[in-house]
Amino acid sequence: MDMIFSVLDATLRVSTPLVLAALAGLFSERSGVVDLALEGKMLAAAFAAACVAYIAQSPWVGLGAGIAAGMAVAMLHGVVSITYNGNQLISGVAINMMVSGVTPVLALAWFQQGGRTPTLSDDARFTAIELPFADAIAHSAVLKTFFGHNILVYLALLLIFVVSWVVYKSRFGLRLRAVGENPHAADAAGISVKGVRYMAQAIGGALCGVAGAYLVLAQTGAFIQDMTAGKGYLALAALIFGKWRPWSAVLGCLIFAFTDAIQIRLQGVELPLIGSIPDAFIQALPYVLTVVLLAGFMGRAVAPKAIGVPFVKSR
Amino acid sequence: MSQPANMPRWASLWLMPLLNLFAALFVSGLVIALIGEDPVECLKLMINGAFGYPEGIGYTLFYTTSFIFTGLAVAAAFHAGLFNIGGEGQMYLAGLGVTLVCLQFDYLPAYVVIPLAMLAAIVFGGAWALVPGYLQAKRGSHIVVTTIMFNFIASSLMTWLLVDKLRMEGSQTPATREFAQNAWVPMLHELFAPLGFELPNTPLNASFFLALVALVLFYLVVWHSPKGFVTRTVGLNEKAARYAGIPVDKVVIAVMCVSGALAGLAAINELLGSTHRMNMGFTNGIGFVGIAVALMGRNHPVGILLSALLFGALTQGGLDLSFEKPAITREMIIFTQGLIILFCGALENLFQTPLSAAFKRMLKNQ
Repeated sequence: MDMIFSVLDATLRVSTPLVLAALAGLFSERSGVVDLALEGKMLAAAFAAACVAYIAQSPWVGLGAGIAAGMAVAMLHGVVSITYNGNQLISGVAINMMVSGVTPVLALAWFQQGGRTPTLSDDARFTAIELPFADAIAHSAVLKTFFGHNILVYLALLLIFVVSWVVYKSRFGLRLRAVGENPHAADAAGISVKGVRYMAQAIGGALCGVAGAYLVLAQTGAFIQDMTAGKGYLALAALIFGKWRPWSAVLGCLIFAFTDAIQIRLQGVELPLIGSIPDAFIQALPYVLTVVLLAGFMGRAVAPKAIGVPFVKSR
Repeated sequence: MSQPANMPRWASLWLMPLLNLFAALFVSGLVIALIGEDPVECLKLMINGAFGYPEGIGYTLFYTTSFIFTGLAVAAAFHAGLFNIGGEGQMYLAGLGVTLVCLQFDYLPAYVVIPLAMLAAIVFGGAWALVPGYLQAKRGSHIVVTTIMFNFIASSLMTWLLVDKLRMEGSQTPATREFAQNAWVPMLHELFAPLGFELPNTPLNASFFLALVALVLFYLVVWHSPKGFVTRTVGLNEKAARYAGIPVDKVVIAVMCVSGALAGLAAINELLGSTHRMNMGFTNGIGFVGIAVALMGRNHPVGILLSALLFGALTQGGLDLSFEKPAITREMIIFTQGLIILFCGALENLFQTPLSAAFKRMLKNQ
């Protein structure tokens, strides 16, 4: 029971930033803009959240700064990809390198702690919400998993419902999908392709902002160089794994987070028949699964049709 | 990578990359000013660090060597219309091939073990690119995503091998034992000493000449051989290539293998030329710099040589600068590299559109 609880608990914690980033990627990619820049958006947000939360001594102000930074980077990606019709893949790679490079330089210049920011006090972090009646209700390990988290975990859970409603049921969602599948038809129907794509970048940037802020304000309590450590790419993998659908992408995130959670617990443990599994194998599992899926061995992953193609209005 | 329509050739080949470079340096300068340092002084320190004294030049050319290989790797794939982000992983795996050969056979004479190690680098690097190439050609999985995934898989795999399998006995650091001297690619200062030239002691080694040969071969193969013609046809218009009877699938797979092999040769320069052992993460972003080198060099050997030299100078000058100015760490160079990739590879329309309009007006007035 304790083992199950701790694994599920860790899964939920680890998956939260992945879910947020995957949902961010969903908006961008469904609008037809490839988003390799998820990593950079998250990292920029983590840095901004760490700096501002430290100065303001408030997690909420830090969260706001994270969202602003995520949106700012998203706008850069938008200007390059949407306004200047640049290569979206290259823009993403470039943005990730830029953010990875500039954040430790600024951190060193502003805080003199060698590429990281000062550790936040508990007042400047999001801490677990302990409900007095939680123990009375939660009898099983599965139920218990959902109690005692910080507010961002619940926000992420809520956002899954909101995003899947927006994408499939709202007017904006219809336009988003239209623009990503057939921008010329959408354009002919009077939808502003560039407008919708910018909107998608803005929403995605904000979601990445929450994801990045979570890493600092709920997990580490400080910005550390390259602290996203590939989570943006992992979220992208989950998005592809989920075939660009919100709930399936979330499932992908949960699977990846689950492998991460059991990896720590399997270290050095001898399993029957297989013996002990090196953690590198479990670490590589999400990436291997994504490649297998992309290869079409687990059902076809069909990307939005107009993805990666700059929209040039036909005359 | 679109060809500018109405601009003279010299402008698109020289003016555009230079403008993009200046834009990138300008933004870097802004950040340097933001953290309270003088950008002009920093630029002077960097240039001096890269070219101002013999050791500096040696290190610059040493870094240039690796960047030529990874730049050629990215450019080879670009000519077939493929974006290979996996240079980092391919170089890492090639390093594994080199290491396995050296750990087994470094008692053999140099003229056996070094070619053997090079072969291993080519085979391992090529093989790591083969799978994404195959999946792109036969199963339609996007090469960019698969090569990114393969970078992560390579990193996990190598961490496991270096920690659990290849680590030197009795050592805590995840690195192999030092290779025997037979497997070392001769340093330039050793090669030139008997001839009476005194070169400074730097890791610049004979791989540099290999890189120059690779540049020439690249030119000949891409522009003056049937295989190069076929590759460029696939890159320019895959449908037309298919219609003309070109086996597109085979070309894609073959080009990816060549691309991986080229990235793999960078491992020779690093492992047999400088460190003489395999360290964890020895690739250190060299594969990613290749993207910048290829974009800035417009996928042409001359351009790649010049931009590899630029990035070699940025790396060496930047390291020197970080000794002089502790506030400007080597991450500043990563930032600048990212900016150059952004301006050269994705924001080319920023200058191209107004420039071609200006040229058009000039031509009209004449």
